[in-house]
Amino acid sequence: MSAAELAGIVVVGASLAGLRGAEALRRGGYEGPLTIVGAEPHRPYDRPPLSKHVLAGELAADATGLPALAPLRARWRLGQPTVGLDRADRIVRLADGTRLAYDRLLVATGAEARPWPAPTGGTLTGVFTLRGRDDAAALRAALAAGPRRVLIVGAGLIGCEAASCCRDLGLAVTVVDPNPTPLARSLGTGIGGVIAACLRDAGVAFRPGTQVRAFEGDGAGHVVRARFADGGAIEADLVIAALGATRATGWLAGAGLRADAGGLTCDAACRALAADGTPCPDIYAAGDVARWPIPVYGGRLVSVEHWGNAVEQAGHAARNMLAGPDDQRPYAHLPAYWSSQFGINIKAVGLTDGADSVAVVQGSRASRRFLAVYGRAGQTIAAVSFDQARWLPAYADAILAGRPFPPIRDATDRARPESLAPGFPSPRAVSADEFAHA
Amino acid sequence: MSASDGRDPALRIVVDLNRCQGYAQCCYAAPGAFVLRGHEILFYDPSPPAHRRGEIERAVLACPVRAIAVQTAADEEDVA
Repeated sequence: MSAAELAGIVVVGASLAGLRGAEALRRGGYEGPLTIVGAEPHRPYDRPPLSKHVLAGELAADATGLPALAPLRARWRLGQPTVGLDRADRIVRLADGTRLAYDRLLVATGAEARPWPAPTGGTLTGVFTLRGRDDAAALRAALAAGPRRVLIVGAGLIGCEAASCCRDLGLAVTVVDPNPTPLARSLGTGIGGVIAACLRDAGVAFRPGTQVRAFEGDGAGHVVRARFADGGAIEADLVIAALGATRATGWLAGAGLRADAGGLTCDAACRALAADGTPCPDIYAAGDVARWPIPVYGGRLVSVEHWGNAVEQAGHAARNMLAGPDDQRPYAHLPAYWSSQFGINIKAVGLTDGADSVAVVQGSRASRRFLAVYGRAGQTIAAVSFDQARWLPAYADAILAGRPFPPIRDATDRARPESLAPGFPSPRAVSADEFAHA
Repeated sequence: MSASDGRDPALRIVVDLNRCQGYAQCCYAAPGAFVLRGHEILFYDPSPPAHRRGEIERAVLACPVRAIAVQTAADEEDVA
């Protein structure tokens, strides 16, 4: 047996994608050495509860460990950030200096919360981001201590879920966002307006069109105030910076791969692309970190930061890792996600990018119980449900089939579905950098 | 329901909430581990105590869309 055969498969990222990928390798018959490297000291855990039940105090942060669904017989290297990749020698370098040889590599390092910049208050105590289990535990402890006012910067999914939890805890909360409504970039202002109404009804002070310029601290270095770009200010002793995520690709710098803060670019088979655009036969990627050509939307490159993609792409990449070069199957996935906030179950399928119209085909926005379909150039591309989840699979099928918009005309509960412009903000208005450098 | 008392490290569950359609059969099979809130928000204990294993296994089987996954492998099988 050669040294290369002994090296086996290394999975970088003890994440949902890393775990499900490792399981798929074993289920696919891989019997060789398997090493799973994780930057955090924890076994893989589930992230969705962190911004909901963990913040609310209903679940302990360490109760979120993911079940193992197959015997892994893996060697775990936890608490070890990966700092470099040497493709020529097939070596992954760990923070403690370890050089880990691999035969094949599965990159599942995920994403990192975009931090608030240090020069404008990012190092003050009381300023939090929410991404990992330790983040959630620290933020939960700070919320339980009873801050006078919580300021949440960014009204995306995480910001809105956190706001919902804060109100459940009876805390005073202000949410600011540069856009006119929450979730404006993902759902548009037409649907985002429903969430804005939920925020207000729950007693959240929502300030649309607002950008934070800097945070200010007291003598002890604890945040006390946020200054807005328009000259205003607000007192807040706890800040949650919910500015989205960047892909964890820093360790790939210099590896000669197409990797940046937007992801590690892959081919249709989940193989990482070298700088010259050729796929690496021994490096695959899955989950948040992977940027891949999505067949449902014409093969444009996307990275999908959702639970379902982590599971499915990891399984697909593992399958291809064990298959021969002539049996590399393309990854065809329809993105989907869920969120719960303000007592409403929100579920979505498809990507809304470029939608030119949205139709409410079941229920109504006023009732906050509806299904809305997004169309682009007469084709159905996405759908979102507010407490109407059972309708969603039919629309997922319509999206996959490329059906016209709206796809189902005679099954709605209204004679004429409400149609509106989706109301996506201009790209400049939603750039996360706008928060930081306004 | 409490996730902090009597946890069994070998009893971990996760629900694919993309797949879940809110049929609530798990809530009938394992009322101590699954709760439906509002119209269709499922709240569950991902690390239930060992004495709930029987009802959780019933919930896994009761789910019409097979959205509940439960730990099947023990950590001890890992290589040192």
